[in-house]
Amino acid sequence: MGKYRASVRRHLSCFLLAPLFMVLEACGEFILPYINANIINIGAANGDIPYILKNGLYMALIALVMLSTGVLGANFAIRGASRLAADVRRNVFAQIQRFSFGEIDAFSTGSLITRITNDVTQIQNFTQTLLRGMFRSPVMIVGALAMSFAMRPDLAWVILAVVALLAAAIAAILIVASPRYTRMQRQLDLLNGRIGETITAERVVKAFVREVHEKRRFAEVNEALVERSVAALKMMLLVQPASAVAINATTLAVVFFSGRQIMVGGMELGTLTAFITYLSQVLTGLNFLANIVLQGARAAASDRRIGEVLAASPSIDERDAEPGNAVTRGGVEFEGVSFRYFKGSAEQVLSDVNLRIEPGEFVGVIGSTGSGKSTLVSLIPRLYDPDEGRVLVDGVDVRRIPLAKLRGSVAMVLQKNTLFSGTIAENLRWGDENATQEEIERAARVAQADGFVRALPEGYESPVERGGANLSGGQKQRLCIARALLRKPKILILDDSTSALDTATDAALRRALREELPGVTKIIIAQRITSVWDADKIVVLDGGRVVGVGGHEELLQSCPTYAEICDSQRDREEARRG
Amino acid sequence: MDKAERLSRLRARYGGAKADGPRRKEMGMPGRAGRDGAMGATGRPKELRRTVARLMRYLGRERLMLCLALACTVLCTVSTLAAGYMLRPIMNRFLYYDPAQSDLAPRVAALTRALAGMAAVYAVSVATQYAQTRLMLTVSQRSLRRMRQELFDKLQTLPIRYFDTHPAGDVMSRFTNDVDSVGEMLNTTLIQIVSGGITIAGTVALMLYTSPILGGITLVMTPVLTLISKAIISRGRGAYARQQRNLGMLNGYAEEIISGQKVVKAFSHEGVAEEEFGLLNDELCRSQIAAQFRASIMGPVTHQLCSLTYALTACVGGILVVTRGFDIGGLTVVVNYTRQFNRPINEISMQMNTVFAALAGAERVFQVLDERPETDAPDALRPQTLSGNVVVEHVSFGYEPGVPVLHDLSFYAKPGQRIAFVGSTGAGKTTVTNLLSRFYDIEEGRITIDGLPIERIARDALRANIAMVLQDTHLFTGTVRENIRYGRLDATDEEVEQAARAASAHGFIMRLERGYDTELTGDGANLSQGQRQLLAIARAAISRAPILVLDEATSSVDTRTERAIERGMDSLMQGRTTFVIAHRLSTVRKANAIMVLEKGRIVERGTHEELLQAGGRYADLYNEIVELD
Repeated sequence: MGKYRASVRRHLSCFLLAPLFMVLEACGEFILPYINANIINIGAANGDIPYILKNGLYMALIALVMLSTGVLGANFAIRGASRLAADVRRNVFAQIQRFSFGEIDAFSTGSLITRITNDVTQIQNFTQTLLRGMFRSPVMIVGALAMSFAMRPDLAWVILAVVALLAAAIAAILIVASPRYTRMQRQLDLLNGRIGETITAERVVKAFVREVHEKRRFAEVNEALVERSVAALKMMLLVQPASAVAINATTLAVVFFSGRQIMVGGMELGTLTAFITYLSQVLTGLNFLANIVLQGARAAASDRRIGEVLAASPSIDERDAEPGNAVTRGGVEFEGVSFRYFKGSAEQVLSDVNLRIEPGEFVGVIGSTGSGKSTLVSLIPRLYDPDEGRVLVDGVDVRRIPLAKLRGSVAMVLQKNTLFSGTIAENLRWGDENATQEEIERAARVAQADGFVRALPEGYESPVERGGANLSGGQKQRLCIARALLRKPKILILDDSTSALDTATDAALRRALREELPGVTKIIIAQRITSVWDADKIVVLDGGRVVGVGGHEELLQSCPTYAEICDSQRDREEARRG
Repeated sequence: MDKAERLSRLRARYGGAKADGPRRKEMGMPGRAGRDGAMGATGRPKELRRTVARLMRYLGRERLMLCLALACTVLCTVSTLAAGYMLRPIMNRFLYYDPAQSDLAPRVAALTRALAGMAAVYAVSVATQYAQTRLMLTVSQRSLRRMRQELFDKLQTLPIRYFDTHPAGDVMSRFTNDVDSVGEMLNTTLIQIVSGGITIAGTVALMLYTSPILGGITLVMTPVLTLISKAIISRGRGAYARQQRNLGMLNGYAEEIISGQKVVKAFSHEGVAEEEFGLLNDELCRSQIAAQFRASIMGPVTHQLCSLTYALTACVGGILVVTRGFDIGGLTVVVNYTRQFNRPINEISMQMNTVFAALAGAERVFQVLDERPETDAPDALRPQTLSGNVVVEHVSFGYEPGVPVLHDLSFYAKPGQRIAFVGSTGAGKTTVTNLLSRFYDIEEGRITIDGLPIERIARDALRANIAMVLQDTHLFTGTVRENIRYGRLDATDEEVEQAARAASAHGFIMRLERGYDTELTGDGANLSQGQRQLLAIARAAISRAPILVLDEATSSVDTRTERAIERGMDSLMQGRTTFVIAHRLSTVRKANAIMVLEKGRIVERGTHEELLQAGGRYADLYNEIVELD
């Protein structure tokens, strides 16, 4: 709950005024029947028309006051809830922005998105319900009970007893229902997961002619969802008859007991009328409270999910950063670096890596799938921090360089290329917000993207659809490289980001990088040996260890892993030799 | 760039997107965040009527239960009204003080009897109400299940083209948001409208019967209340649409940024993202307050208008008691009715939101159901096993009319031969395999397998004869074993392992936490891309299809591993007609024939040696590597 405190304090007026006005409205609810009873008991019984008119006017005035307090209460409740939700959304989003790769991996994109959308909406709705009903319902219940005690304590006990019974019954229903709700929700998640998976894998389904199989599998989860929904919802259906039985039984009891009183002249008819009204108010209040509790159970799940995001402390912080430190030349050094993604896992992704990269060097990194190539380079811009050892840039531990400066000087093109909706130029400007058209074109030329961009009908102003859906894999890769170049980095890292380029374009790209960016340290991860063998230095990784560093010929002699990789791509070498 | 300009740019970018965001689930509560915008279902009365009629057909399937539920509703409403009215004679006949009367026993007995009668009516009302809600729960859940299943089944029949043109998120939201909003309507609207209508009519009638004057007050108030709530709702609609749009924009923005979060980090774009999110967030907050305020004042407004009526009725009723001797029992009954009168009106007017949302949702669901499925000719052949003799003659094809991708393509493959396609991205390599498996139908030319034109072969029979490893590997939630078995559902555990061994996947599978029984989640998120490809190969290996398509099957497998699986791949291809698409030329070397594609045409064909010797495009592709040295 602490996470909402600041927001509540910011919008304190809303959070105080909404319940206040709602309580004022509720007060009217139990004053009206009292006046009505007086009209019947005193006015009508004594034939006092002025009394009736006067009290009728009071009732009308109170109704008008209730109208305005009700509207005001609703107004403040909505303001409070909307602003609280806006704050929560902003905080969650900001928190996600602070996440390092480790947290993004741990939460997964999909779950982060639902948290910021669905879960926040749940909180918002619940806040609103809470603001409107939290005090209003108890006040209505207590007020109605108090009024009935004031009028006839002997009869009021009947109401109190029934209310207590009903409250217990509703509580019992909620207790049984809430785990069923959880199960229903889980099944719903499962069903949605199944749908999403099938939609994205539709080609596979069709290729293997598994439509019938999928339909059957879906029917199973679908059926289970219906079962669980009915199991959960049918409990909730009991609330209504339970309260109906309570209200009806009480009405009968009140009429019976008060009837006997009236017969002997111990009670007036108007009092009975008021009693019946109070009864219905108490039950309305109870129903509303039950609704709050139910919604609360759902909101609590959302609250927990939001809390998880907010509580996750970004594993990368700037505690040790010194504002004066910056990347100057682009030299990199790994000192005894070890790393594992999951702290519990036995297998290290990197173990005791020692490596030195000189400023301006062209370095190739090669190794099998899972040998730790991507992880190694991710440590340079501090996408992850090593478990042991240190990573130095220009002799300074990266943890001591402010993140903005570090990442501003280290441009990394990730394996998964992501472009955003907007034009091509807008996407490239991610690299440099103030880049001129010339700069953009120059970067695109180096990245071998200028040609195809120009061929598009709108050139650099062509729209990029979400995720770059309208571009081919190779085009996306080249745009991502251009985007990185626009940062004018000291260190450029390409993480297997030329895989979709044909060999000719790949070669031209490397030539351009070498010629146009002589002072920039270039680190290129590749599968193809041909993408790295002309590098100043080739780093060979195997099982998280550096097994070889050196030039192509040198490694062929000294590094068996490298020789093996070359061997596996030998046909090309044969061709090279003619 | 100033705020306003920034915002308008964001709007231009995300405003067009449909609000795929989560929509509200709770029922009948206006003025809450993000209830589904029903804007789609305005206008076009003819179409609206068709949608309604079609929705009713869903309910119609549960005709018996529905009729029962409606009967219960009527009984419940009538008995509730009656029970309320029964107070009047009870009060008038038994509840008075007469000092002259000493023996009260007969009156108490009569009161008890009358109350027993009332209890019976109450019992009916409670029982019928429970029965009605319980029945409707079943009816709506079954209708929902059917709708979901129909939607899912339909999707399975749609051509790949449909999935090309509809983003997964959009299709997904039809299952979740749209079906949900329809469900809400099925569950409550019909009942609410019936019971609300009867309650309003019955209340007014009983009041008029009890006292024409007092009934008249309510009768006058009814249209006033209705008009006011209608005005509030329609006034709010514009604001409401804005809220939905803003919610859609914000969700779209969050989704895109969070999906690309790693890039955001790598480019230190967090500040910009937070700022832009803040702009959209503030917009949303403002519009939410505006939209929901209107909706939320409806409750208090109608409620207190009823309180006014209540005051007026109490006052006038009191005067009537004094001047005309109107009975107090009657007054009590009328006053009680007045107090509860706003409820049915509120309920019905709230249903309008639900109805609009549901109609908009139903339209989107029906759109899918009305899509044209992949169909086979009525006399389509279903050959059990083909031998894999593939002939492609003069095939031209484009995904969009006027944008040809393949031009006049001809080639053949004898059973057991290996044919490779080489060429740059966009040359049309994948398209060839798409046509072969009839993911798309050819426009010109002819493809035959074992002499049968493929359009004469039923799609499922055709595809059952083609095993594919696709460029994008997709795995399913389930165990590793289940995923491999996807290739042949009746494969034994030994066969699964054999296939995994052939694909060199056995090694890493055994290193997984629970081996073959390890659960894969989220498209195999816990595996590396290379490992996923190995599983996809195993999945194809287990199939006995005579034709095999490998579309960049090993692109993410490093060359050492690729080499390790070479023998497995060879045995996989043994005896099958294989089409290989590869970027890496090393994988195509052993092919019987290599087709070099360029801009949709075969520019060269031959074996590896022939093509190298010919010194054409293939040799260029190959020799370019030499240049790199």
